[in-house]
Amino acid sequence: MAQPPILILHSSGTNRDGDAAQAIRLAGGVPHIVHLNHLRRGDVQINDHAALLIPGGFSYADALGAGQRLALELRLWFGEAVAELVSRGKPVLGICNGFQALVRAGLLPGPFEPNTHVVNRQVTLTENANGLFECRWVTLRVEPTVRSSWLQPLKDTLIRCPVAHGEGRFVTSSDDLTQELQTSGLVAFRYQTPTTQPTQPTQPTSACPQSSDARGLYPANPNGSVADIAGICDRSGAVVGLMPHPENHVFDWQRPHGAVGGSGLALFEALVEAAK
Amino acid sequence: MTVRVTVGAPLSPLAAALVAAAPLVGAEGLQNCDVYRVYHLDFDGARTQIERLCAEVLVDPVVEQVWIGTEPPRLGHSIEVAPLAGVTDVEARELESAARQLGLRNLRAATARRYDLQGNLTNETVALLSRRLLVNETIEQWSTGALPAVFPSRISVPTEVVAVPLRGLDDRELADLSKARLLSLDTHEMRAIQEYFGSLARHPTDAELETLAQTWSEHCVHKTFTAEIELLHSKANGQRIVSRHKSLLGELRQATEALNPWWLRSAFVDDAGIVAFDDDFDLAFKVETHNHPSALEPFGGANTGIGGVVRDVLAVSARPIACTNVLCFGPEDLSDERMPRGVHHPRRMREGVVAGIADYANKLGLPTLNGAVVYHEGYTANPLVYCGALGLLRHGKHRNSAQVGDRVVCIGGRVGRDGIHGATFSSASMDTTTVDTVGAAVQIGDPITEKGCIEVVERACEAGLYNAITDCGAGGLSSAVGEMGKHLGVDIHLEGLPLKYPGLQPWEIWLSEAQERMVLAVPHSALGALRELCADWDVELTDLGSFTGSNDLVVRHGDHTVINMSMDFLHHGLPRRKLSAIWVDPLPSLVSTPGLGDALLLEFLAHPDIASKEDIVRRYDHEVRGGSVVRPYVGQHGDGPADAAVIKPLTSADTTRAVVLSNGLCPRVGVHDPYAMALLALDEAVRNLVAVGGDPNRVALLDNFCWGDPTKSDRLGGLVRAVQGCVEGARRYAMPFISGKDSLFNEYEGRAIPGTLLISALGVVPDLHRAINSAQMRVGDDLWLVGWGSGALGGSVADALYALGATQVPSPLADPLPRYRRVHALIMAGLVSSAHDCSDGGLAVALAEMAIGARCGLAVTVPTDGEDAFTAFFNEGPGRLVLSAPRHNRDALAASLGRFGRLIGAATADELISIAASNDHAERSTPSISISLAEAVLAFTKRIG
Repeated sequence: MAQPPILILHSSGTNRDGDAAQAIRLAGGVPHIVHLNHLRRGDVQINDHAALLIPGGFSYADALGAGQRLALELRLWFGEAVAELVSRGKPVLGICNGFQALVRAGLLPGPFEPNTHVVNRQVTLTENANGLFECRWVTLRVEPTVRSSWLQPLKDTLIRCPVAHGEGRFVTSSDDLTQELQTSGLVAFRYQTPTTQPTQPTQPTSACPQSSDARGLYPANPNGSVADIAGICDRSGAVVGLMPHPENHVFDWQRPHGAVGGSGLALFEALVEAAK
Repeated sequence: MTVRVTVGAPLSPLAAALVAAAPLVGAEGLQNCDVYRVYHLDFDGARTQIERLCAEVLVDPVVEQVWIGTEPPRLGHSIEVAPLAGVTDVEARELESAARQLGLRNLRAATARRYDLQGNLTNETVALLSRRLLVNETIEQWSTGALPAVFPSRISVPTEVVAVPLRGLDDRELADLSKARLLSLDTHEMRAIQEYFGSLARHPTDAELETLAQTWSEHCVHKTFTAEIELLHSKANGQRIVSRHKSLLGELRQATEALNPWWLRSAFVDDAGIVAFDDDFDLAFKVETHNHPSALEPFGGANTGIGGVVRDVLAVSARPIACTNVLCFGPEDLSDERMPRGVHHPRRMREGVVAGIADYANKLGLPTLNGAVVYHEGYTANPLVYCGALGLLRHGKHRNSAQVGDRVVCIGGRVGRDGIHGATFSSASMDTTTVDTVGAAVQIGDPITEKGCIEVVERACEAGLYNAITDCGAGGLSSAVGEMGKHLGVDIHLEGLPLKYPGLQPWEIWLSEAQERMVLAVPHSALGALRELCADWDVELTDLGSFTGSNDLVVRHGDHTVINMSMDFLHHGLPRRKLSAIWVDPLPSLVSTPGLGDALLLEFLAHPDIASKEDIVRRYDHEVRGGSVVRPYVGQHGDGPADAAVIKPLTSADTTRAVVLSNGLCPRVGVHDPYAMALLALDEAVRNLVAVGGDPNRVALLDNFCWGDPTKSDRLGGLVRAVQGCVEGARRYAMPFISGKDSLFNEYEGRAIPGTLLISALGVVPDLHRAINSAQMRVGDDLWLVGWGSGALGGSVADALYALGATQVPSPLADPLPRYRRVHALIMAGLVSSAHDCSDGGLAVALAEMAIGARCGLAVTVPTDGEDAFTAFFNEGPGRLVLSAPRHNRDALAASLGRFGRLIGAATADELISIAASNDHAERSTPSISISLAEAVLAFTKRIG
């Protein structure tokens, strides 16, 4: 497939579907924004697509907790279809509200069992440490140890992009579990403190900023996530989720200040490549 | 059966925030607080189903615990808070819908919050905490201990249409009737109604009277702005000038018509003004106010303020793409003794308003990119909440002419008692009883329903499925349908409209200001396609009736005739008002300025109007849609204040053209001179726009007047002077007003707000790669000052900080455009690295803000132009910008700026902000103020930089 079709799921309240579609288009994929109603009616099939992207927004107003109702829909209606997509090795990416829904549906960190009634969840995304919605640019490192095969080309690189969420604090049920997520390569992205000064615009755009771990410090780690975890993947490596918005940094002009590099487009290029 | 479910988290950020906020509202002794969510679930089925519902959607097992049918022990003072019956409760609705998915078909849900307040607390402290932090009695009830479940009534009542006898009532009785029914109509207007129905030989129905009151309200027809007014203006020198005004609105329109630039598409016609963006696309811009509702219920008022203005833009068939807001509050540190009775404390007001705006705009997926916050004691009881929306539409696609035979179609939210009397309520002053009488005027928004409407309207417009569209705002269907069918007449059936709960009478359905609704004129042949589109996006649609061509407004409910009157009387029966106005200019005062010291500049940077608003702004998403180029805060640490917002509306297209949004307001100036306020606010909006790369030759303006009771001649005098300033401003700046709004009667117990004019500007940045911001100066750059100070300190932050008693305000510019054109040319040529305008706190604060954003020092010598150094540093005269530019561009800047520009210093590597004063700017004198960058960052942001 030269230009793989990528399904971008829209449910009531989704709002970064257009941003995600643009990133996919620039990365060489063909985005299809599909309303959940069309999937449910069977007008469109998930498995006619080469990847699934669940974008940001406030699905169903997040009235029952961020991504909670979308998670229920995913499990009740599309659990098996998503499991099939994953078993074919096709990438699934959840951004922000999409990440929250994947975690609440049990797809992240998995293992996912589509037919069980209730998910026994060990990790969650909950209210930011300061209790408030926060919008600001952050720096992420793609973990060198990440297990996901489609993230391999990005290992140890930096992405700069904004966060915009109120419930993005990654929490686990125990320190042992946090440790295990890291040792088994399930941690995909971590918040960083950039250490290089903004460079002059004369430098080539391939130059990459330097950084060190945020060590839980605000605002580099904007929400108090444990171990600076901004995103994770499942054991199969196909399913990936993160809170920040790499789809909002796919053009140079979107970057708010001086420093070059760290485009989010690389993430979508990796996804499209894996979907081929 | 009904089961009570309680969910709680041991360490919630909300609880921590409450403990931290308690002392700020005067409640001492709160040491700990546990917060629980409470759900009352009424259902038929097995308990195991409830357990599953809890596990699936109600509880996060990693951080929360749940009690089903039981309760956690109550610690300390336990209170519960629940919405009043009928208040929008999205959480309950979503829970019921999730339950249906899980097979619990008939589950009904009601929600509550439980707070266990612990510490050394008296009952009085608990009551104080509840009222100040936890409960708004306008929309919520509370009690100590458990609160019983409140489910909306299921009981329907017989439909009634009541005739209201008017025949034979004298003026006094008519006035009493107007007051008792909250009609906000004066005796002339009541008499006109009495005569009309006298000629029909019948009484009006309740719905007819209410419809007239809505349609004739200040809010809907701008009675003051269309009244005949005589102004007596007494100048300080004793001269008296009388001017006669046929219509203030007409004067503003004429100012625009006189300019009529080619890029102006539509002004003062539709719900929003429209200008060209490029050959294919237009931009729609509108700013509204939601002051009265926000005063009663800060969250809901601001929430629906955003919802309303976004619908205004949708009502010209534009896709909303960005939001703005400007907020005016009382001082946050206002002591209890100074608080008027029955008013929310400014801190609570701010918290609620900001949360309301963030909730709605973020959920709609709209970036909030521009705004301002002003604090003044005059806003304590009447906060101002200006909400703006920008939209993008394909040129030529918007249609606004309903045809005979078209269906009248309503899409969106369901109807409840929300917001009944909103339009008439906002056309009256408030007092301590307002909360009790108009509690029902408060609405709570539901942004996800509005988001559905946006998706539907965008596609319906593209497919040409409607001939006209309008939004359901103040006055509900009565205004929307009445206005849309003005030239045709309509026949409406109300019984088909879905209700939130039964028991509404026809007049309530007709008047309800339930949010998130649009009304469309749909050709019969397009109705099927529109129905399908709505079903795809989970939006409800009701076919209400048709446009008839009879020129009558006919409304029915089943067999009842609710309304039957002529559109002509409804729209042309309103008697014009004649008003008189007085304005007296203040006498000049002698001002002695304080001596200079380093601490002064830090005091300015920490002043509430100047200090960083990041704590507010970062709660708004300013990145969604991916079009943001210049954001509210800039620089490598993201804490330098930007002048204006730059947005690329078509992110995917190849064009480098972008939009710029800015604003200006200076209510402190207006206290002394409303005419100058208009010109100075306009100048502020323009120089902000120019500072980021906006083209001064292509700027459209919006006016928003917030004033006191216009039937009082002194209030009206200030208003007329401000309008005169706007009209003169449009001429001097060659910039048309494309839309406007007035919010009058901002008074509480006879005290008016400072008359406040917000000017919002919309412009174009020809090439976004040339857009700059205030934080890009680099060490070694030259610093240039454009313009001169006027010297007068009246209405300045300096005057407010040091109580100088200045009454003379800065002189507006006579010929403003040449300097702005030159600056714009330099920015577009890429010769300027950074620009910042001199506004609150004058030149010294502008320089410090640039240094903070860029994290470098600077050393300048400010020419005093004959003033003392304090005045030179801190005056807020118009027309001034600071530019930074690389040294090698010095000759180019000198040549281009000519007499408008002076080289005043350079950006330095020493992390010191050093500002000296000199009459001879060629020679540098000893620094008058020198502070470290770190001190400046701390004063401005309250954070260690």
